[in-house]
Amino acid sequence: MTAIADIQTVLHKHTNAGRDALIPILQEVQEVHGYLSKEAVVQIGRHLKLPASKIYGVATFYNQFRFNAPGKYHIQVCRGTACHVKGSANVLDALTRELGVAPGETTRDGVFSLEIVACIGACGLAPVISVNGEFHAGMTPEKIKTVLDAYRKEAEGEPTDD
Amino acid sequence: MNITVNGNTVEAREGEMLLTTLQRAGVRVPTLCHMPDLFPSGACRMCVVEVEGMRGLVPSCAHPVSENMNVKTHSPRVVRARKTIVELLPADHPDDCLYCVRNGNCELQKLANELGIRERRYAGKRTPDKMDTSSPSIVRDPDKCILCGRCVRVCEEVQGVSAIDFAGRGSNTVISTAFDQGLNVSSCINCGQCVMVCPTGALREQSDTKRVVDALNDPEKYVVVQHAPSVSVTLAEEFGAKPGSDICGIMTTALRQLGFDRVFDTAFSADLTILEEASELAHRIQNGGKLPMMTSCSPGWIKFVEQYFPEFIGNLSTCKSPQQMLGAVIKSFFADRENIDPKNIVSVAIMPCTAKKFEAQRPEMVRNGLPDVDAVLTTRELARLIRLRGIDLDTLEPEMQDTPFGERSTAGKLFGATGGVMEAAMRTANYLLTGEELKQLNVRAVRGLDGIKEARVTINGVELGVAVVNGLGNARRLLEEVRDGYRDLHFIEVMTCPGGCIGGGGQPLGTDPEAVKARMQTLYKIDRDGDVRTSHGNPAVQRLYKEFLGNPLGGKSHELLHTHYAKRETLT
Repeated sequence: MTAIADIQTVLHKHTNAGRDALIPILQEVQEVHGYLSKEAVVQIGRHLKLPASKIYGVATFYNQFRFNAPGKYHIQVCRGTACHVKGSANVLDALTRELGVAPGETTRDGVFSLEIVACIGACGLAPVISVNGEFHAGMTPEKIKTVLDAYRKEAEGEPTDD
Repeated sequence: MNITVNGNTVEAREGEMLLTTLQRAGVRVPTLCHMPDLFPSGACRMCVVEVEGMRGLVPSCAHPVSENMNVKTHSPRVVRARKTIVELLPADHPDDCLYCVRNGNCELQKLANELGIRERRYAGKRTPDKMDTSSPSIVRDPDKCILCGRCVRVCEEVQGVSAIDFAGRGSNTVISTAFDQGLNVSSCINCGQCVMVCPTGALREQSDTKRVVDALNDPEKYVVVQHAPSVSVTLAEEFGAKPGSDICGIMTTALRQLGFDRVFDTAFSADLTILEEASELAHRIQNGGKLPMMTSCSPGWIKFVEQYFPEFIGNLSTCKSPQQMLGAVIKSFFADRENIDPKNIVSVAIMPCTAKKFEAQRPEMVRNGLPDVDAVLTTRELARLIRLRGIDLDTLEPEMQDTPFGERSTAGKLFGATGGVMEAAMRTANYLLTGEELKQLNVRAVRGLDGIKEARVTINGVELGVAVVNGLGNARRLLEEVRDGYRDLHFIEVMTCPGGCIGGGGQPLGTDPEAVKARMQTLYKIDRDGDVRTSHGNPAVQRLYKEFLGNPLGGKSHELLHTHYAKRETLT
């Protein structure tokens, strides 16, 4: 199915919806696409008669929405209190340096995307990162490269989608 | 009803906000986010006051009056709160007032001064923002933004565009376009109303001053200038005069002193526009063309149609705006007549408008590789240029404008106000269709500041429905009604800005409706006292047709004075 058809399917479930349906629609579209594309925002805007700037404003208010297509491996860095105390700022620094992208962005080769989350709920493993739901405990800037290399190897080994 | 303010009894009206009562009673309460006529947002808290019986301070802009209310507007508690607000704002604001475009007329500066703030009490972590210089019309400098939200509200509530909105959260909040794109690729229509309401230097026009000064200093260049009908009735305000002062002759002298080789009047080409546009209207009516025809003088409106209502592109008059028409005849007829290579002409336009800068850059406005108009300055930029050159307007004697494009009718002058194009067009359409002048030249039904005005006029036995709109929020409402078949109209005049060009985004800052009204009255006074009150009666326009253009809608007109539009894809 094409991207537009996906969006239309979501919007179809919200026929005659008002602007109060915006957040559920954004969540459902992100569920399907993994992020909110410009195209999606325009389509949602037409459906709800809302300007794109307003939808962007609402979506940027919440941490949960992304505006870049997620990478093959989606990295979530926990910046909750326990992880912070145990040095998650340095872990995040190491990740942005190593990947060359800021939180919310995706590497140019499409392999990694980076996201900050408030608390993963695994404080005992702090500082923790999650890669496609797989947890890596007790991270340090030194360990980051090892973890990333393992995924890079895995990505190279597998045939890509396109 | 009566309320008590600082111990005095003050009369209040049922249902109004406390701030309105206080302002009427002459009690000055400072405001930042407040915009008269728009729904209160109560965001900045500058207007807080103490109300007896209320636990906290209340924002007077969003607090309705009630019987026997006891209000203190300047108690120590209130003043301390206001002071703290203003002390907090610079925590994320640069200290570069000296280099700021709003140095001297910044509302934040003024408030800090009024409240006696003399030191930086809060040094927050500054978040550096990137400047957006992508638009040919407007520069956004988020570093200077204090998030009052006035630009967002004017863009949404007055213009119906919503190119910008709040994005992010908490201390990361910024004003942003959708997906933080450059304004040039956003749905911004370049009207500059956001600039008019911005309290600080966060929004300003993209300045062409340097280009113009360079051209004036270049002996190889022949620099001509045109000025829009509304500029002569607003420029004086930049130098302290009261709204509604007309200084057309003095401005002409000042432009000569600045070094312009010729001074032309855009009101001349407004007359030219009327001949083309009234002929086009008559042609459409007689030949079953697309109706209602819509005016095309206002470039913000044109982009608005291209991006929101492409189905109405065929309804837009194909006439270029007066600015572009004059630009086109300067680089053709005038260049030939004076034997100047058009390549050496620098054509400057003084406009009440930021969107005119965008219009001048449209690819359709280029002929033989040369743009019709090379640079556009707003009224404000002209004032800066006059100050820069140390010209004292008070000492100047008024002078006449230059031939061949300096003569205008007062109908052309009316282009500066909402309803003016319609009135000028009606005068000429009547003449074109009947061979006679309108018995009553004043078309009162289309005058005034109402958002949408409608009238039925009968010309040559045919009843025409006409409508006049100012402010694009109103235009959107009318277009939707036209689209849904609720309106029987033949001709619609639309001006992007509230009040028309006299309230344009390039005018002296602020949107005081009283100032706009005074400017409007001056234009109608000029018309009332005018010798030539119809565009077709302008002898200079008649000569141009005789010597060069032939007839309205003829081949030369088509080549030079008409244009086309296309659907525009933007993130709306």
